[in-house]
Amino acid sequence: MEHMGVEPGRLSFSWISSAESTKFVEVVKDVTATVKALGPNNNFKKAAKVA
Amino acid sequence: MLGYIDKIREISKRLLDEGRVDMIIGFRKGTIPMMNEPCFVKNSGELSTLVWDSNCGINLANYLTDRKEKIGIVAKGCDSRNIVTHIIENKIKREKLVIIGIPCKGMIDKRKVAGMFENGIDDITEEDNILRVKSRGVETSLKKSDLLQENCELCIHRNPVIYDELAGPLVEEQKDVDRYADVRRIEAMTAPEKWEYFKDLISPCIRCYACRNACPLCYCPTCFVDESRPQWCGKGQDEIDTRTFHFLRAYHCAGRCTDCGACERACPVGIKVRQFTSKLNKDCLDMFGWEAGLSPDQRPPLDTYKPADPGDFIK
Ligand code: SF4
Ligand code: SF4
Repeated sequence: MEHMGVEPGRLSFSWISSAESTKFVEVVKDVTATVKALGPNNNFKKAAKVA
Repeated sequence: MLGYIDKIREISKRLLDEGRVDMIIGFRKGTIPMMNEPCFVKNSGELSTLVWDSNCGINLANYLTDRKEKIGIVAKGCDSRNIVTHIIENKIKREKLVIIGIPCKGMIDKRKVAGMFENGIDDITEEDNILRVKSRGVETSLKKSDLLQENCELCIHRNPVIYDELAGPLVEEQKDVDRYADVRRIEAMTAPEKWEYFKDLISPCIRCYACRNACPLCYCPTCFVDESRPQWCGKGQDEIDTRTFHFLRAYHCAGRCTDCGACERACPVGIKVRQFTSKLNKDCLDMFGWEAGLSPDQRPPLDTYKPADPGDFIK
């Protein structure tokens, strides 16, 4: 995806077992922070159609 | 390459007469120059319609999907790799096929040639490496090797990887080809530059789906772009919808694309759609040492797990 211009960090992958609640929290915090830092995703926003 | 046709007809006649196949899938002359079209020959009386020259860039593996007949199929290097992919993906049974292998020397880029003649092309003939183009009564000779499709210029599997008969002696494979210069050029860009690059690349797209239809990999009964409930992707020429289509088309080809160039050849507005799949092909090679369709006995990287698979992107 990054090759096609999606900013690095906007897409994340992780492997978390249902028993790894702490890891889940960490990853969610991490991802949220990274995405917030990138700001809104204006790239994939469709322009509003004027009727 | 021209000499192949006698051999193709001879093999086809034998296969049809002996009842080993119900039909031959090959090429016949198209209605306009440089546009040979696929054809199905069912009895040996019609074999004279078959042709072979450097305008057979369409990928015939596309016509095998889910067929039940016994088929003789003419296959260049890339076609044969897509046949292998079809076999791996259970889209055709090996036993149903007699593969007539074509050691290929590349197909000509019809856009490059057409672009050189503003008066249009009346006829084109070839002899070894020479193309003779007739335009308004004037004949021009060109060197075929200067006018190959890009994927053929970069091809390192010209000989069929799987075949039962051969239409001619195997050809020498090209060596030291830098297959991924374009991909590296894009890799070097920043994220916004990449975004703009692909935006420009697909801006002429009219969403005709010729690229999808020409590709042997795209055989789903209902393509995600045609679904309306739910509608995964808008159907107009909205920039984001078009981009979604191209992203997803490319991803569906990951680990399967043989770089046959049929998609690019089919596009009526000349979009270089291989720019998407080339990156995936390069990644498959770098990360998994994989090139699609080389052997029916190897499973593709997306349906196997190996402990050495790269996993750094997973947190
Ligand atoms: S994506 Fe294009 S180059 Fe790749 S297999 Fe399909 S038609 Fe051929
Ligand atoms: S063939 Fe060309 S115009 Fe048609 S959908 Fe594909 S890229 Fe777009």
